[in-house]
Amino acid sequence: MQRRLSTWLLLAPAGLWFAVMLVLPLCFVLVFSFGQREAAGGYVPAFTFEQYANLPARWTAFRNTLTLAPLGTILSLLIAYPLAYFLAMRADPKWRTMLLILVIVPFWTSILIRSYAWIFILGGQGLPALVDWLGFGSIRLINTPFAVLTGIVYGYLPLMVLPVYVSLERLDKRLLEASADLGAPPLQSFLQITLPLSLPGVATGCMLVFILLMGEFLIPAMLGGGKVFFIGNALVDLFLQSRNWAFGAAVAVTLVAIMLVTVTLYMSLMRRLGGAREDVSLM
Amino acid sequence: MRLYALFVYVFLYLPIAVIAIFSLNAGRHASQFTGFSTQWYAKALSNPFVMEALWTSFVVALCSAIIASIFGTMAALGLQGMKGRVRVLADALIYVAVMVPGIVIGIATLIALVTLFGWINPLLALLAPEGRAPQLAMGYGSLIAAHALFSMSLVIIILRARLAGMDRSLMEASADLYAPPLATFRQVTLPLIFPGILAGFLLSFTFSFDDFIIAFFVAGSETTLPIYVFSSIRRGVTPEINAIGTMVLAVSLLLLIVAQLILRSGTRKGGR
Repeated sequence: MQRRLSTWLLLAPAGLWFAVMLVLPLCFVLVFSFGQREAAGGYVPAFTFEQYANLPARWTAFRNTLTLAPLGTILSLLIAYPLAYFLAMRADPKWRTMLLILVIVPFWTSILIRSYAWIFILGGQGLPALVDWLGFGSIRLINTPFAVLTGIVYGYLPLMVLPVYVSLERLDKRLLEASADLGAPPLQSFLQITLPLSLPGVATGCMLVFILLMGEFLIPAMLGGGKVFFIGNALVDLFLQSRNWAFGAAVAVTLVAIMLVTVTLYMSLMRRLGGAREDVSLM
Repeated sequence: MRLYALFVYVFLYLPIAVIAIFSLNAGRHASQFTGFSTQWYAKALSNPFVMEALWTSFVVALCSAIIASIFGTMAALGLQGMKGRVRVLADALIYVAVMVPGIVIGIATLIALVTLFGWINPLLALLAPEGRAPQLAMGYGSLIAAHALFSMSLVIIILRARLAGMDRSLMEASADLYAPPLATFRQVTLPLIFPGILAGFLLSFTFSFDDFIIAFFVAGSETTLPIYVFSSIRRGVTPEINAIGTMVLAVSLLLLIVAQLILRSGTRKGGR
């Protein structure tokens, strides 16, 4: 009995925090999404599906997000997989931890400053100036989908490398030896053993990157220059500029709903792959 | 293969190096390096707006990291060995807090707090007439509370992994030797999980210090350093931003590498 009491006392502060700062706010968003807009901006309580019916007004933001987020995810995977493979299979074990830390650390530093670095590099006086000087004519890089994709891959690469690395590292290396002993060429061993066994890591990485990309604001705001904008940019506009809280709440609920569907699909896919869930520590 | 890895590492660190190099550029223009100078650092550090934003960010990061470390540690200890419905609920809440995009958390916190303050403030005014009633508003409090939520989840996740890998027999031995629970905690559990708490604190501090999107919504009239930098970038790229950015990156890189080293050396000794 005493033990139960102490357990509840230990859980109380965090529990209260999650209730007031997470559960309550998310309920508010749901309630607001059925409300109406006040003429001067703000919110009037109501129960209407008007805001949801109005969603097509922000169709461009949804379309951009739903094309560039998967594209960015695939690009990140293509760049991350060989690196994860190198770290897990080829790198000197002495240096492996340090190399891994060097991949993770940028992810935790300010994405704002790191995207800013790309404004600097892709901006008029950066790479394009260099290309022009070399005599290849003038090109424009900043404020294009290319710039946004570069920022995305740059920002989320660590998140993709890590889960793939974990699944490759756990792979039983004896399987590869057996395959080689039986005369399989390296490529065949890779395609029939390494690749299928690393799929759970690939799926985890893709899901993490895709979900975080869905809510991205900074990268398109900084590198897309108002031309390539995501749902996140529409949300900032709705809440902080046009102050249309009810409609903004409906957009936010839709965003979370899309994410939930993705996660559910992913979970059922993983179950079908027969895969054990990969517990990946990003810390 | 090795060459490819090198290429990716260059890709990861080159942009950081570029702004660090150009923060030492004497000239005003970003395109040409016209000489070595630390003037932009001096300029940034003597700019009162920068210093005020830096102070706000520092206070918020410190307070939210302390709150998250204490309450997160308590929660991780409470959840230790727990099964059943409470555990499922706790896991779900932590998962939601980490996976729901920062922008949605920011919006949700904004509308919830503004609405709640709208209900509470008239009550406060009733209780203390003569117009001297304290009025709740967005600012330090909302920033700290919102950042502490995410950081608390981080601390719980880190410590749960550590507690799971910990040798339970040590605690049982301590109890068998009639140590009261508090003494067991102080002499056995705490020393074992302390590296985890420290790493959690450092990660929480860095998260809060670097966060832009949640702060953008809940800062009220306060300006944190990332908000200041974001609005300056909108006004144009200057070497002063390079200097501020380099300092911010240097601080977080340092804290993060320390946190990583603590976490990894700790798992090797205390863990499996």
